[in-house]
Amino acid sequence: MNFDYTEEQNALRDTLTRFIAKDYPFEARRALAKTAEGFSRDHWSQFAELGLLALPFPDACEGLNGNAVDNLVVMEAFGRGLVLEPYFATVILAGHLLRDFASDEQKRALLPKIGSGERMLALGHYEADARYELARIATTVTPQGSGFRLSGQKAVVLSGGCADQFLISARSAGGSSDAQGLSLFLVDRHTPGLKLSSYSTQDGGRAAELVLDQVEVGAQSLVGSLGEALPAIERALDYGIAALCAESVGIMGALNEATLEYLKTRKQFGQAIGRFQVLQHRLVDMFIATEQARSMALLAAVKADALDPAERRRTLSAAKAYVGQQARLVGQQAVQLHGGMGVVDELNVAHYFKRLTTINLTLGDIDHHLGVYSDSLLAA
Amino acid sequence: MDLEFSPQEQQFRAELRAFLVAKLPADISRKVKEGKRLAKDDFVRWQKILHAQGWGAPSWPERFGGTGWSAVEQHIFDEESAAAGAPLQLPFGLKMVAPVIMAFGDAAQQAQFLPRIVDGSDWWCQGYSEPGSGSDLASLKTRAERRGEHYVVNGQKTWTTLAQHADWIFCLVRTASEGRPQEGISFLLIDMKSPGVTVRPIIMNDGEHEINEVWFDEVNVPVGNRVGEENRGWTYAKFLLGHERTGIAGVGRSKAALKHLKEIARRETCRGRPLIEDLRFRDRIAQVELELMALEITNLRVLSSEKEKKAPGPEASILKIKGSEIQQTIAELQMSALGHYALPWQPEALDAHWDGESIGPDYAAPLTGHYFNYRKTTIYGGSNEIQKNIIAQMVLGL
Ligand SMILES: Cc1cc2nc3c(=O)[nH]c(=O)nc-3n(C[C@H](O)[C@H](O)[C@H](O)COP(=O)(O)OP(=O)(O)OC[C@H]3O[C@@H](n4cnc5c(N)ncnc54)[C@H](O)[C@@H]3O)c2cc1C
Repeated sequence: MNFDYTEEQNALRDTLTRFIAKDYPFEARRALAKTAEGFSRDHWSQFAELGLLALPFPDACEGLNGNAVDNLVVMEAFGRGLVLEPYFATVILAGHLLRDFASDEQKRALLPKIGSGERMLALGHYEADARYELARIATTVTPQGSGFRLSGQKAVVLSGGCADQFLISARSAGGSSDAQGLSLFLVDRHTPGLKLSSYSTQDGGRAAELVLDQVEVGAQSLVGSLGEALPAIERALDYGIAALCAESVGIMGALNEATLEYLKTRKQFGQAIGRFQVLQHRLVDMFIATEQARSMALLAAVKADALDPAERRRTLSAAKAYVGQQARLVGQQAVQLHGGMGVVDELNVAHYFKRLTTINLTLGDIDHHLGVYSDSLLAA
Repeated sequence: MDLEFSPQEQQFRAELRAFLVAKLPADISRKVKEGKRLAKDDFVRWQKILHAQGWGAPSWPERFGGTGWSAVEQHIFDEESAAAGAPLQLPFGLKMVAPVIMAFGDAAQQAQFLPRIVDGSDWWCQGYSEPGSGSDLASLKTRAERRGEHYVVNGQKTWTTLAQHADWIFCLVRTASEGRPQEGISFLLIDMKSPGVTVRPIIMNDGEHEINEVWFDEVNVPVGNRVGEENRGWTYAKFLLGHERTGIAGVGRSKAALKHLKEIARRETCRGRPLIEDLRFRDRIAQVELELMALEITNLRVLSSEKEKKAPGPEASILKIKGSEIQQTIAELQMSALGHYALPWQPEALDAHWDGESIGPDYAAPLTGHYFNYRKTTIYGGSNEIQKNIIAQMVLGL
């Protein structure tokens, strides 16, 4: 066992902590969220210069060969900053999916462009009636000449509005929720028949609804093998889960610090409210929850890279459910302990709370992942 | 012991239902049921309709123009009103300042203010909290200095709900600084149109304007607008806080919200079946329903015992704690039921006249904001921590 971060990881954390402190103060972030795109292209270039956008990619694709613990370091810092840039959609979801599933030729064509910041991607997988069920895909794909034709809809595609290209899953065979028969396609934003409507999300981010009306794509846009995309999508989403767990832990740490500071400075009844034992214990519960969540986030990061898919799946669901529960407690109590100040738009506390809430509803909520884990007990 | 409603009470319920069907404007109930923004006029219109029926003040005694209804009848009224989608009768005039004016105001004040509350002419807001005085209300600093037949008021109130619509504000102000802080407080009624009153919006976590700062700069208030004696305002305020708490159980509203939750859970899908068939989710609904079932009876028990004691006792804190927790749980479940469609932020969809396309199901738009907003329920009206202190000290004697 070794819980040490590498020197590179420590350096990465220091760099990002400085970046958040200097370039990502809360008021600047608030203004950014209100711009048309909702994030800064300058920051994106800075991320590229820092190597963040190429972090998980192999050398052969001008990447840094990073692992999921490196992602954790990035996402925890991004949590603290409530970073709005489409890192999660482009690098974590689409990046890992391409890295692990695309042909060498596709990787060589795409990953360096992602790494350099030239290209943004988004993953269009979930559909309106599927809730969090991964295999329930109704978007269809049929052969069309030498290529394919896609029809269907994709729901709440994270950072879809700025994506140059989409990774779209579609059913080429099988019944409505069969694990077999799903395929993945790379679709340009401006392909005829692809309709995109982008909107703001509750946490200040952006998402989009996609409608594919007989979208025609060439043979080369198929990613991986026909009908076998689900395990790859599942794996990429597990990297996503690990990243969201890390982001949550970053936010929880920031909320605990803000709450501690508030309990020390806010005075009622002639004393700092932190003198009230019931509030001390509440903050202690938040602190414990965060430490426990941190442990699970670490486990999630390490297991995201694990080779055995069953073990990986189980652990990532365990982490998503557990971190979600702790995040819910910390978010709600941070608000409560701030009194009226906890529910106003002006303070960052409300914004951290909102982000924790949306994370809990992304890539499966607490109930969904608790259910997956619970079901895995039957298989054992 | 009989926990059934009597034939008279059932008759009363039937009468209310018929009235609501006939008189509640459809545009208003649609807004309430769909979670759209309510305008000032929606509240006022409904109050005027109730008043025309003689039901403008369900919690008041008849001699002041109220209905004289029993606690059980008021409960039935709340329940039927909420089920029909009637707007909440805001408590600030009817349930907060009016009981104080009735108990401690003089005849002139009762004649001036009470009729205009019950007929919907005046909108009241509550000026208690200040930036430095929330839970510790008695530390308030807004000063009222006596100058002849006026008080001159200087200071700031905050978190003032819907002050942007208000004609009047009832305030706790400091009129003496000697002795215990509780001893130098007076209860003033201040016309919001007075020169020197400024209202500044505070935006909440759902992006909406519901609360405000209210500033007083050399505001002249006639001495005749003081309720009761100078420096006795704290006693009146405590009396009022009891009334605020009973309203806050919100059983009727929670029942309506729970029904909406079930409807949503029937329309959402999980693994190709209605979400309500998912045992994990259904258990959560069932659990909050049990809480609400118990609270309904507790509420009636506490309210009935108050009949003899007149003012609500510290047991009312139970209603505030449980009522607010239930409201929050239901709001959280409504949001969670949406799955991914809890994420879109579509504030324009909260406008009743908006006819754009909703992102996700048509009931989705208000729910996540509502969950954020409802974190307030365990904070306002005396936070739940403070309510537990009250029970610990006043009920348990710790
Ligand atoms: C949406 C909203 C609407 C409101 N509307 C109005 C209104 O119309 N008029 C009005 O006058 N006020 C209004 N309020 C104010 C409300 O009453 C106060 O927010 C409340 O009393 C808490 O005060 P505070 O916000 O200053 O928090 P604080 O008193 O600073 O409390 C901070 C935290 O410390 C805890 N705490 C404080 N003292 C103790 C203690 N002794 N023991 C244990 N825990 C303690 C609190 O429970 C809370 O968790 C509103 C508030 C909100 C959020």
